[in-house]
Amino acid sequence: MAKLLSALLAGLLFGFGLLLSGMSNPAKVLGFLDVAGRWDPSLALVMAGAIAIAFFAFRRAERQTHALLGDPLQLPDKNRLTLRLVLGSLLFGLGWGLAGICPGPGLVLAGMALPAGWWFVAAMLLGMLLFRPLSRCLP
Amino acid sequence: MQIAWESFTPFASLAGGMLIGLAASWLLLLNGRIAGISGMLGGLVDRAGDWPLRLAFVLGLLAAPLVWRGLIGPLPVPQLGTPLPLLLLAGVLVGIGTRLAAGCTSGHGVCGLSRLSPRSLLATLSFMGSAALTVFVMRHLLGWN
Repeated sequence: MAKLLSALLAGLLFGFGLLLSGMSNPAKVLGFLDVAGRWDPSLALVMAGAIAIAFFAFRRAERQTHALLGDPLQLPDKNRLTLRLVLGSLLFGLGWGLAGICPGPGLVLAGMALPAGWWFVAAMLLGMLLFRPLSRCLP
Repeated sequence: MQIAWESFTPFASLAGGMLIGLAASWLLLLNGRIAGISGMLGGLVDRAGDWPLRLAFVLGLLAAPLVWRGLIGPLPVPQLGTPLPLLLLAGVLVGIGTRLAAGCTSGHGVCGLSRLSPRSLLATLSFMGSAALTVFVMRHLLGWN
């Protein structure tokens, strides 16, 4: 129960961060991505602020095997550079650039009861469902 | 390059970013997990064994606007202008792409870069580059928006 409550609070705090930072405003995200137009550099500071904090947490975690609530630490591979990684990221970027919404802000917009948020999240979940059959045809 | 100073929000964005970093640190140090939104959602879609934890994290994100309204006050108003067909296409591409790349802005961009992962650096450069290129084509070549 403590583990679930902890994950819920982490999600809540993450959502607050997205709201406060401007990440949950698609027009602002597009303004950041539009480097050739009138560029809004704000979101570079979101990245910088997040990394400045999380860097220390990861440095600590790399020396441990278990988290404070008892579960083993699950850290993915750092070094495998694959075609899938690049291809997937390019496709993700294409979608992100079209609407200015990535997965976290999509959930926050859905939580604001905005139809656009619901549509985006539904389409994203559909894409995640499509991934498995599609995955077999890819290198 | 022109800077849109009137939309620049350095303090809110830096503080919001630090909250995101705090949330990622929290989930890592208490639950031992990477705060990657697409990974959490993907595990739910694939009915992974640890779905309760994933669901709890996702519910936290979904509930954030509601709790914000209760604790802090009016929500920042998002500006949405993407026509529905394009929004749906964007959603499907984000869903497929993030699963294929095993991560998105949070998992690769925040967590991966924080742990100095070459894999996440390549992913972040790829999606940032393709997103910026997409916006360039849409706004400056096709003249949308």
